[in-house]
Amino acid sequence: MAFSLMEGNEAIARGAIASGCRFFAGYPITPATTIFNTMLKLLPPMGGICLQGEDEIASIGYCLGASMAGLKVMTATSGPGISLYSEHISFAIGSEIPIVIVDVQRLGPSTGSATRGADGDIQFLRWGNSGGLPLIVLAPVDVNDCYSLTLQAFILAEEFRCPVLIASNKEIALTLENIDIDAFPKPDNIERKAPPPGEPFLPFEASSGHMVPYFLPIGGKVPVRQTSSTHGPDGYITTDSDEIAKIQDRLKNKILSAAGRFSFHEARLEEGADTLLLTYGVTARAARAVYKEQKRRGNPVSLLILKTLWPVPEDLIRETAVNVKRVVVVEMNLGQYVREIERILLDKKVDFLGQMDGRLITPHQIQEVIIHA
Amino acid sequence: MPSLLNVSRPPVFCPGCSHERITHALDKAFQNMDLDEDQIVIVTDIGCSGLFDTFFHTHAFHGLHGRALTYASGLKMARPELNVIVTMGDGGLGIGGAHILSACRRNLDLTLLILNNFNFGMTGGQFSATTPPEAQVGSGFLNRLESPLDVCRLASSAGAAYVTRCSSYAKNLAEEIENAIRFDGFSILDIWGICPGRYTKRNRLTPQIIEDSLAKLPLIKGPKAENLRKEYGKHYRELSAMQKSVPSPAKIEETFKPPEPGRQELVILGSAGQRIITAGEILCLAGLTAGLRVTQKNEYNITVLRGPSISELILSPEEIDFTGIVRPNVILALSRDGVARRKHLFDHLDNNTLIIQAREIDLPPCNARIYQIDFKAQNIRSHDRALAALSALAKLNKAIHLEMLQSALKFKFSGKILASALDLVDGVVTAKLM
Repeated sequence: MAFSLMEGNEAIARGAIASGCRFFAGYPITPATTIFNTMLKLLPPMGGICLQGEDEIASIGYCLGASMAGLKVMTATSGPGISLYSEHISFAIGSEIPIVIVDVQRLGPSTGSATRGADGDIQFLRWGNSGGLPLIVLAPVDVNDCYSLTLQAFILAEEFRCPVLIASNKEIALTLENIDIDAFPKPDNIERKAPPPGEPFLPFEASSGHMVPYFLPIGGKVPVRQTSSTHGPDGYITTDSDEIAKIQDRLKNKILSAAGRFSFHEARLEEGADTLLLTYGVTARAARAVYKEQKRRGNPVSLLILKTLWPVPEDLIRETAVNVKRVVVVEMNLGQYVREIERILLDKKVDFLGQMDGRLITPHQIQEVIIHA
Repeated sequence: MPSLLNVSRPPVFCPGCSHERITHALDKAFQNMDLDEDQIVIVTDIGCSGLFDTFFHTHAFHGLHGRALTYASGLKMARPELNVIVTMGDGGLGIGGAHILSACRRNLDLTLLILNNFNFGMTGGQFSATTPPEAQVGSGFLNRLESPLDVCRLASSAGAAYVTRCSSYAKNLAEEIENAIRFDGFSILDIWGICPGRYTKRNRLTPQIIEDSLAKLPLIKGPKAENLRKEYGKHYRELSAMQKSVPSPAKIEETFKPPEPGRQELVILGSAGQRIITAGEILCLAGLTAGLRVTQKNEYNITVLRGPSISELILSPEEIDFTGIVRPNVILALSRDGVARRKHLFDHLDNNTLIIQAREIDLPPCNARIYQIDFKAQNIRSHDRALAALSALAKLNKAIHLEMLQSALKFKFSGKILASALDLVDGVVTAKLM
């Protein structure tokens, strides 16, 4: 057995490089900065591009330009920066620009505490865009997830032509852990699909049987239009309501209809358990400890760790909870994802444990809820 | 070369709008340069200037207000061979101010046409960054309170290598645009024009008035000698090619057995400058030499050269779930700052916890076992104390043993630093503890 010692942020950067990411732009912000630092070491020697933007709006703007030129792109920030990314996240959703965006969450609101962790952006990541169309949010638990979910993030961003967000947390990002990168299978790096030769190209037309348009880069032989305005298949502004409805439906359904394919999770179901612990992110580690301890004590609970938060894996949640009476949702905020669980599991008792003071939720705190609630 | 105007989408500007003249001048410049449709991308933002990309049959990228230069920069870095033309109004100039400054300083080969008509045409004629205070505009009296921005002076002082101010009605406008595109670096054209839909409804402005106004200003035209330098993209690629590639992360083989079974939780309480985080890393590396799982969490103030520095470490033969530490097996108490920051850690300790204490540090009362080290008497300097404490730990066979520590040091350091680290571990601390 042989391990390296690595923090979550470096694992994300190395995952991006393994995925074929060749363009990164970011603005320094604790606790995301070491992603930028690592990309700056890795990209230039391999002919890639790493830029420090004048602000967060610019950083993600550079990425959108480079992505439309055909490169795989990533940017990384924290709460104050993800707020500034908002208008460009909306753009990337509506105009189908592949991009991986890392939010290394820190304690908010606002500038909050730069060096304390939280999962306070979870609903913001989903709904902090104008128009409210879906995107994909993945949540790592540890350094291994930082690497492997970044590989998945690039696959999904390229395949679905949408922003994929990685909801990391200072407690994962800056924690060093053992990792063996060679143990991960080499990713099947998918490339954006060009139209079959001879077919006319319309930048936003999904051919029959497909949900995602073919891609040609800006700068190639065929002129390509990109626009943040409401557009038809040809990439020009449209006022035709039927055409608008069709494209909005497609933007929604291309992600939601495929959600079952990328509902990453870890489920540990115990026979006879009447409680399901449901959590995500770094808090899942405390929940795992509780799961093991309860099993050892002969009073088992089931455990569901979600690694895809958006779209909400509703079927998975229903199926996993089918045999329990109670679901305990634990998250490092004052109650965000629990809203989804309450919405989905109307017939279950849903208890909540949250904390947002910079400290990790401990196994002891979770056990208290399991035993006493 | 034929015109690159989009035959199916003719310009739709208000009658008398100077944007239409600029559209045709831009097309003329493309023709004069023999450019093909695939060699150009027109990048636009919001407002009437944001319609430009639709009037040409070229690559096109239309985005958010004031942000066109950001997309343009990404496109140009990814596709250096493209001619990247950015159009922006005086509105985009204001809201995108940070991007203009940055583009001037960077000198990436983009061509920025500022279609300056002194107001926000599309939203109702509100004042922009260039509206004169005496103008009657859609923002009531507010423009009377602000001074208009001279973008040419701004750009020049921000380092723009090519700046020209001209009128939409200049006979040589196509030539001015062509010169700006041909310039190898960031070029700005501040093109003054007339907005008949809004501005000239309440303000008198004619081509002649524009010409007279420009004549009163200092001539700003073409390359700025004092700002001439390498184009950013070329310079970037030149410096990039000189960067050394980074090897894959090195791995540590499992070679030892750990001195103790089970999960070990350790906390190092020190101060900035005591190399606390490095010591934590060495402890983790030592753990890896015995095939242990490890985690390291660090805490320090954002002011890096002052205040407490704390490292929390877990070494375990099992997968590490929870990374927090409630009741540590070991505390290395090396500074007052560090102990003060975690004073509650001492509340519930029993004799399962070993504290290695720098002698001059006061500890809160607790029931842990305590080993004192007199670093001063041993002549161990502040920045060596964390490693010296690790040595003590190893010699007590607590969490790690000496071979693990030495092996970790050999992994982390080389040359003189390694030699002095091994000396420190070998010598000073042993003398005190034996």
